[in-house]
Amino acid sequence: MSNALRLYRRFLGISLRAQMEYRASFLMQSLGNFLITGVEFLLIWALYDRFGQVPGWSLAEVALLYGLVNTSFPIAEVLSYGFDAFGSTVKAGEFDRVLLRPRSLVLQLIGQRLALKNVGRFLQGLAVLSFALSGLSFDWSAAKVLLILLALVGGVALFFGLIVLQATLAFWTTESLEVMNTMTYGGAETAQFPLSIYPAWLRTFFIFVVPLGCVTYLPVLAVLDRPAPAGLPDAALLFAPGVAFVFLAVALRAFQFGVGHYTSTGS
Amino acid sequence: MPQIVVEGLGKQYRVAERKAGTLGALGGLFRRNYCMVDALKGVSFNIERGEVVGYIGPNGAGKSTTVKVLAGILVPDAGRCEVNGRVPWRERIEHVRRIGVVFGQRTQLWWDLPVIESFELLRDIYRVEEAAYRKTLDELVTRLNLGAILDTPVRQLSLGQRMRCDLAASLLHAPELLFLDEPTIGLDAVAKLAVRDFLRELNHAHGVTVLLTTHDMDDIEALCSRVMVIGEGRILSDGTLDGLRAQVSSERRLIVDLERENGSFEQDGVTVERREGHRVFLRFDPRKVPAAELIGRIASRHAVRDLFVENLPIEEIIRRLYERIPA
Repeated sequence: MSNALRLYRRFLGISLRAQMEYRASFLMQSLGNFLITGVEFLLIWALYDRFGQVPGWSLAEVALLYGLVNTSFPIAEVLSYGFDAFGSTVKAGEFDRVLLRPRSLVLQLIGQRLALKNVGRFLQGLAVLSFALSGLSFDWSAAKVLLILLALVGGVALFFGLIVLQATLAFWTTESLEVMNTMTYGGAETAQFPLSIYPAWLRTFFIFVVPLGCVTYLPVLAVLDRPAPAGLPDAALLFAPGVAFVFLAVALRAFQFGVGHYTSTGS
Repeated sequence: MPQIVVEGLGKQYRVAERKAGTLGALGGLFRRNYCMVDALKGVSFNIERGEVVGYIGPNGAGKSTTVKVLAGILVPDAGRCEVNGRVPWRERIEHVRRIGVVFGQRTQLWWDLPVIESFELLRDIYRVEEAAYRKTLDELVTRLNLGAILDTPVRQLSLGQRMRCDLAASLLHAPELLFLDEPTIGLDAVAKLAVRDFLRELNHAHGVTVLLTTHDMDDIEALCSRVMVIGEGRILSDGTLDGLRAQVSSERRLIVDLERENGSFEQDGVTVERREGHRVFLRFDPRKVPAAELIGRIASRHAVRDLFVENLPIEEIIRRLYERIPA
């Protein structure tokens, strides 16, 4: 284990050095990342200002959802670059070499590159999250702090799982799969708002199929002392983030299954 | 028990049929026909510890597929395969710890790093003890003459230098078995010789088993005590180089330098291959006409300045063997 960590640090060192060789490009990308997502939140604020609120949700409450999504998604993206770019790794025939090394595939893929440009989005998400937490008046308790942290870590696990699933498809098709982007980026967009504004089928989808709601909407309801949506017991809100870890485990299993169907390219 | 056991290995690929032209490509977006291509159709062989085996065949014959199955990269559809008593793809990590793989076309070194840093990273990846690493590295640096290029980033190396570094990289963890996929491709004559010398020494000094795929018959002649030929997914021939020769053709070539350019060689069991001025290339079968008898006959009839007998070049043998493969 300690050896695995040492190796991971080495991989990261290499990745950092490579990215710092193009420092200007890195800074511009991070800044761009920060601004683009920042504008997005300004848009939400503008909508609130102009048209009033989402039924039953104040701006600070929506900001809590938004902040959770936009801190966890970029962390997942920073870590999962090797899976995110897996399609091109396979196409270039470089996955052969990964398989030839006596290390876990997950360690090698997350060690491939630390996608630091997403730090911009993370900082912006963090800013909105603090805005939300300072603007909301609710009873703080240790359990709530824990729940928010769990929702954050769960969010990372969930988005990571989605990106792993996307990578898994590369074992069967070399086409680039924009479909999966509707799950990751589309999912992130969707989860920035209370699921109550969506039609029932979409809500069900994002709680039970791709359980994004389990790391955003449901724990936020619990933090705000609101009842669970129809059909769910209130206690479910507290355990909802755990679903994300199951999701990640399933995604990693699927990836392992895909490895058995890997067909290498050319000679 | 042999180090490598392969029995009835089969592997199919699904290949998309593409239609020509832009319209065809667009059509492929919606409906695509796939066909199954057999890369391996029942390949069987054993390799003992310490052997150096050449694995040859035309492009697309299944060489790389076999090597990738043995290396644990691909899972075959049929058959059995064990290396060091392990099924490669089932116990991937334990398996790859004990093998080295070099792809001539593709480096395993980190493109932007100095060579030595790639080596240190590999030391950590393979969990090589520091003392063992030092010892192996020193030996490899000496034998492959890497001293002057250890601090050079890989992208600045010549192809020959890169190949020497790649060989070292694949041996840092002291594997018992080395797979080489076209290790001399694109190298100049001097670099080729250096690679061959090194591999020969490696096999002698450490008893490392080597499986080598190549299109360069000089590699085979210089290194391999045994050659396997694959075509259309099947093993066509497996044995010594001499055995392969005998299997394909027992013919020899007699080259005669004459005093005068004319002179007829119409006799039994001899064909004139070509003439170059005073030089005549004859082909004969020593089982029908013993070489001594033929030479005697020719010397009695013609004014001969010089003559010598040689085997058919290995390229010729291979070409004939490949021609027998049903297309």
